[in-house]
Amino acid sequence: MSTGTLALGKKRAPVRPARILLHVFLAGAALAWLAPLAWAIYAALRPYSETSEKGYVSWPDTLNFDNFTNAFTQSDMSHYFVNTMIIAVPAVLVTLFLSSMVAFYVSRFDFRINLALLLVFTAGNLLPQQVIITPLYRLYLLIDLPGITMSGKLYDSALGLVLIHVAFQSGFCAFVLSNYMRSLPHELTEAALVDGASVWRQYWQIVLPLCRPAMAALATLLSIWIYNDFFWALVLISTGENMPITSALNNLTGAYFTDPNLVAAGALLTAIPTLIVYFVLQRQFVSGLTLGANKG
Amino acid sequence: MTTETTKEIPEAAAVPSPGAAPAKKVPHGHRRLLTRRDRLTLGLMAGLPTVLHIALVWVTALASIALAFTTWDGIGFDSIQWVGLQNFKELFEQNPQFWPAVQHNVIWFVVLIAIPTPLGLFLAVQLDKKIRFSRVYQTAFFLPVVLSMAVIGFVWQLIYNPDTGLINSIIGANEPGKYIDWIGDPDLNLWAILIAASWRHTGYMMILYLAGLKGVDPSLREASALDGAGEWQTFKNVIFPTLRPTNTVVLVVTIIEALRAFDLVFVFNKGAEGTELLSILVTNNIIGESSRIGYGSAIAVVLLLISLVVIIPYLVATFRKERRA
Repeated sequence: MSTGTLALGKKRAPVRPARILLHVFLAGAALAWLAPLAWAIYAALRPYSETSEKGYVSWPDTLNFDNFTNAFTQSDMSHYFVNTMIIAVPAVLVTLFLSSMVAFYVSRFDFRINLALLLVFTAGNLLPQQVIITPLYRLYLLIDLPGITMSGKLYDSALGLVLIHVAFQSGFCAFVLSNYMRSLPHELTEAALVDGASVWRQYWQIVLPLCRPAMAALATLLSIWIYNDFFWALVLISTGENMPITSALNNLTGAYFTDPNLVAAGALLTAIPTLIVYFVLQRQFVSGLTLGANKG
Repeated sequence: MTTETTKEIPEAAAVPSPGAAPAKKVPHGHRRLLTRRDRLTLGLMAGLPTVLHIALVWVTALASIALAFTTWDGIGFDSIQWVGLQNFKELFEQNPQFWPAVQHNVIWFVVLIAIPTPLGLFLAVQLDKKIRFSRVYQTAFFLPVVLSMAVIGFVWQLIYNPDTGLINSIIGANEPGKYIDWIGDPDLNLWAILIAASWRHTGYMMILYLAGLKGVDPSLREASALDGAGEWQTFKNVIFPTLRPTNTVVLVVTIIEALRAFDLVFVFNKGAEGTELLSILVTNNIIGESSRIGYGSAIAVVLLLISLVVIIPYLVATFRKERRA
């Protein structure tokens, strides 16, 4: 990713036509890649009255953020952002906590059950969500939680979504973290053990702090995945009020389908948090994606 | 939880005086040094997450299998009736959406593996050449991966919409009578959605391949250059074969993505004619007006079986390697 290693030689090297061609190609391709997003931004910046009169492919008379402010206020978006936070923050934290414990168990001790346990977690995460949704939906309707959730059931509650996110995503995280923990030298915990440190202290004070890079990468990845979830919320939440932002957006389209510019603005607004996370934590995000994929 | 039988050593015996260097060699895995309390802690540490995961993922997956052989309206347990293979028979022989859905899932996979995957590999190879602005290009290609499928669906609707969309506006097909209905026409809509899906998939593949390329030993390239191999020959004979682990991951990721495909289609046209997928058929049994639990589960079982054909060999290969390590 860096230009460091070849920088010295490159400065003095004559500009090669092949390189210029490559840059032209890449720049063109990159612009083409961004075009759909640019188009959405352009549409969202124009008032519907103007585009309906002049058509969408036309020079703008007015460009403003009205659609963004309208989408934000009319659809009560801040409320849905809060809903998403109520689901995503605990889901990310609990997933990391639980999966790191499983990973610690399977990677730092030789129990005979380890391989089977890790297989169960890893395979579970690879299943398509629809394989389990029908019984899960019935199960969520069956579980009564009076006073704990708004709906009195696991169904239609933030808690229900947190639980399924944790259960599902911990498969991936346990797999990645166990690989990571296995790469830590065994001497670290052995010395502590001989010093009489309990298993919990070995986990909490020795192994977990060393896993910080992997945890940061997974946290970034999980935040984006859980924030972007559409399916679980679609099936397991029925009250509009309780919806997270992505499924609420779906309702916005239903209500304002006659004004595509407003819907475009709404869609772009929901994407902003993930874009911020990505630009700020780019390195973590990318390494998270490849942590699980490129080992061995 | 634990299956170990070794005798535990009293805690005191294992604890040397503080500060003393641990002189003796601890047996690998050191389970002999675990106290009763440690073992309880470990049991809980692994047990709680496992119970949650198994209860919500595996028990429900097994329940899907069981329910696939029954008919149930979802109201009260006493209405569950065993019907054997009835659901599957009806699914295979009568449901007009089933075979198109299977076919679309296959097409989804074929398209993703045939277009965005090689394109992602190509971009990764170009960006791996240590060129300037590499980061900027990468970000452009990778941006769609960060967006939710739902948002991608909305963005592409602005392009495909018959009367206000970009394509029809440019080619002048945005007037009544001339419409090209990218979203509604069953001959077109699957391909329109697949372009949007490929748009996202390319960036994902590019990142996986970039990571794979970084792991290629630079001396291989040098040796190949010394031997006078051209760029294409080096790639074909030296680089690509070393990307084998990445290729495996790419293949598995792509198959799973093709089986999971849902959000984009749902946002686009709710899986109406032309875009049916197995995932859409399952979901329609829950959020649609008819609640046919057994029937929906039968479709889920088909999806499960196809997934296992991929998941099992992948896990066997992965974990075999792990054991050797």
